Amino acid sequence: MCSLIGQPVKRVEDRRFITGKGRYTDDIVLPNMTYAYIIRSPYAHAKILKIDVSKAIAMEGVVAVYTGEDIAKAGINGVPCGWQVNFNTGETMKEPPHPLLVKDKVLHVGDSVAVVIAETREISVDASEMIEIDYEELPCVTDPLKAIQKGAPLVHDIAPENKCFVWELGDRQKTDDHIAKAHHVTTLEFINQRMIPNAIEPRAAIGDYDATNEKHTLYTSSQNPHLIRLLMCAFVLGLPEHKVRVVAPDVGGGFGSKIFHYTEEALVTWASRQLGRPVKWTAERSESFITDAHGRDHVTKAEMGFDKDGMIVALRVRTAANLGAYLSTFSTAVPTYLHGTLLQGLYTTPAIHVEVNGVFTHTNAVDAYRGAGRPEATYVLERLVETGARELGIDPAELRFKNFIPPFDGVTQPGYQTQVALQYDSGNYHAVLERALEMIDYKNFRKEQAEARKQGKFLGIGFSTYIEACGIAPSAVVGSLGARAGLFESAQVRIQPTGKVSVYTGSHSHGQGHETTFAQVVADKFGISMNDVEIVHGDSDSVAFGMGTYGSRSLAVGGSAIVKSIEKVLQKGAKIAAHKLEAAEADLEFANGKWTVKGTDKSIGFADIALTAYVPHDYPQGLEPGLDFSSFYDPTNFTYPYGAHIAVVEVDVETGKTTLKRFVACDDVGNVINPMIVDGQIHGGVVQGIGQALFEEAVYDDHGQLITGSYMDYTMPRADDIPMFEVDRKVTPCPHNPLGVKGAGEAGTIGSAPAVVNAVLDALSSFNIKDINMPLTPQKVWKAIHGK
Amino acid sequence: MNLSIQVEVNGKKHKSNVEARQLLVYYLRDQLRLTGTHIGCDTSSCGSCTVIVDGKAIKSCTMLAAQVDGSSIKTIEGLAGNGEMHPVQEGFREEHGLQCGFCTPGMIMTAVDLLERNPTPTEMDIRHALEGNFCRCTGYHNIVKAVQYAADKMGKEVAHV
Repeated sequence: MCSLIGQPVKRVEDRRFITGKGRYTDDIVLPNMTYAYIIRSPYAHAKILKIDVSKAIAMEGVVAVYTGEDIAKAGINGVPCGWQVNFNTGETMKEPPHPLLVKDKVLHVGDSVAVVIAETREISVDASEMIEIDYEELPCVTDPLKAIQKGAPLVHDIAPENKCFVWELGDRQKTDDHIAKAHHVTTLEFINQRMIPNAIEPRAAIGDYDATNEKHTLYTSSQNPHLIRLLMCAFVLGLPEHKVRVVAPDVGGGFGSKIFHYTEEALVTWASRQLGRPVKWTAERSESFITDAHGRDHVTKAEMGFDKDGMIVALRVRTAANLGAYLSTFSTAVPTYLHGTLLQGLYTTPAIHVEVNGVFTHTNAVDAYRGAGRPEATYVLERLVETGARELGIDPAELRFKNFIPPFDGVTQPGYQTQVALQYDSGNYHAVLERALEMIDYKNFRKEQAEARKQGKFLGIGFSTYIEACGIAPSAVVGSLGARAGLFESAQVRIQPTGKVSVYTGSHSHGQGHETTFAQVVADKFGISMNDVEIVHGDSDSVAFGMGTYGSRSLAVGGSAIVKSIEKVLQKGAKIAAHKLEAAEADLEFANGKWTVKGTDKSIGFADIALTAYVPHDYPQGLEPGLDFSSFYDPTNFTYPYGAHIAVVEVDVETGKTTLKRFVACDDVGNVINPMIVDGQIHGGVVQGIGQALFEEAVYDDHGQLITGSYMDYTMPRADDIPMFEVDRKVTPCPHNPLGVKGAGEAGTIGSAPAVVNAVLDALSSFNIKDINMPLTPQKVWKAIHGK
Repeated sequence: MNLSIQVEVNGKKHKSNVEARQLLVYYLRDQLRLTGTHIGCDTSSCGSCTVIVDGKAIKSCTMLAAQVDGSSIKTIEGLAGNGEMHPVQEGFREEHGLQCGFCTPGMIMTAVDLLERNPTPTEMDIRHALEGNFCRCTGYHNIVKAVQYAADKMGKEVAHV
């Protein structure tokens, strides 16, 4: 039997999706169900003077209306933040409450004020219009730099100057010294704009309370049902976990935005108990725009010092990170531990210092969005390197090669200790760039570019060589950095008596194809057919525990937990096999689904051992029956995928429009289980980066209104904006997890945006334009060219 | 106000009472429980709700249920016949044209409509035809290949006839 590992196996889960049989949260209809509609603030900052719900309650079909007053009276806490990032002075992070429904003061457009629950969705919406709310509008601030100026409107009284924390990492003095002495310093000041994740399935949640056994069930479009259960039970509603089941059924994309514990989840769970009926809430897209946690939103000044040979000698970064009005679950970790720690990039820079102001504003919360902090770090580095190359007159590829960390495998050579806390696991950074240059045919491209220029065509090429920290990560390490959760993963491998295998994983698939990739691993290790393996995920009643899927961690952490359980099964199986074959355990070998006495034709198959384990008549003395093992895997380090992305663009200087001609990516994500799925992850990730580079931007006006609050205003990348991709990979196995995998979910997004921006600026090199803020819309590019 | 409509959906005749303001997509999902047709936005932009009405792909969030009185509708649930996948469905699986699956029914119905009108589309024809359907997972690359796969397969089927 040939190995299933490394094969582009077609996906197991596809059949239900292509036939319309997927089961997403909003598809679920429970008997006697009610429908919730949430009334949201139209103001960015306002006092609630009066709420009159009497007309709504009197309407036929309205079941209940709850306001912030009711939530406060019930003694319900707000949703918590999961990561504590303190001030560099040691002062504790400012952590304001985030109530399920606001009682006194709304803090952003979209803040939840009241909920109407009715017999039908239509009645809930109709009734919401009968609720009268008097607001007194207050001054607001949406820009993080303005928010930290003296006299700016305060979002929370507990946070002077709107600062949640001021965080730093690296050696300030050494960095300042190196910058001061540098031969050349490249400086960029830019905005890494706010993004809206836009999973195509809007968020939805159903609370279902069963009074007969006091059990709560929450169906929710979430990336990590167990964490939602933990946070909701322990911090919000004070429910006993064994009486709460959280199910994340099919989930229509997440990209980070469905990691977090949202107020609506606790609200429908609580309301269902009040009413004794199921309560469903489904976001309208316009609600998703103003309430799904946003991404990025950094205002950054970054300086890179070079010596006369083009070696990077220092990097200094100052960022104001907009956190929004409330602290979403992982919001504080994103601009700090997921951003500052990646500023080494692929380079040997000897001095790095980063300081981040975490800032409250009257905007929707910002949290992890595909890449989460690492795209921001990569953007800083890759724009600086490319700008520096242009300023120094050195080829941008050559400048990178000169500064790359030399290859190391992490086994015979140690990991690479960065200036910013991390230790990279293994890498050969030259190899990915060399391959990407070969794919794009760099030498000939420069000739083609020069030819095109003569004909009035502006072609440009841009590079990005990135690294990311994935598979997050050792619980003790993240705990010491302020995480309030462990970041291990669990897996149970249950061998059924007939030799079929059920695997219960705490990872959650919302497009990543776990039901296929994990089954490949299991089938391969046991030497059985993939048809005999079922992957179960997303239900806290089936799966013992889980930390969910984000940070490209599923295979590296969740897959490793599965491998641990597989090993336990095989160890016990060997004991049973030795007994049956009347041989010593040491004389057995397991391959192709059977245990064989070495050097003989005596063997026994996996299914026979499974049956023996459950029908233990002829069985090793003292051994427990059954073949069913659980494991928890806590990694010893992050994993560090990396790669080289190259974009080729043509800019129409008359209109400012950028056309993406080619996009080449050579990534190293460690070992690959299913190359088809990995390529798909790269393609999708790359387009989210291209979206940021060219199209997407969340814009708040000065009154705190999100003026890009619909698909009519927020530009999503469409099929006809994008070329076919050219992807390849190198493989440097991760030395510290059993599969040697590093993670592929975020690579595309992290690498692609700076490549595209660098390419546009390369195309426009004759116009002497140093920078254009993303997204590089035709208007902005045209203005940059024509100086207006 | 309620209206009575008669409509054929996936070959099955239905006589239904609908609210005058009821959108077709809610009629399909809530009343007929055909939940393969999804709702991804409220501005008729995303295409997740695409179904085929009287032979033409439409976004079912832009039509009232009352408007389909007397019409014939095909949804994703009715695409495979006799247990056999439509070539477009097959193409999506073969070419990994889906990840989370949420946009997939709408994508497939739009692609079916394209191939009805243009059996030999170029890459750009496919990309233009799909520009009203958002996918956040795949980067469109494999969706384009899925439609090309279906076009090739359907072309060969025609050639065999």
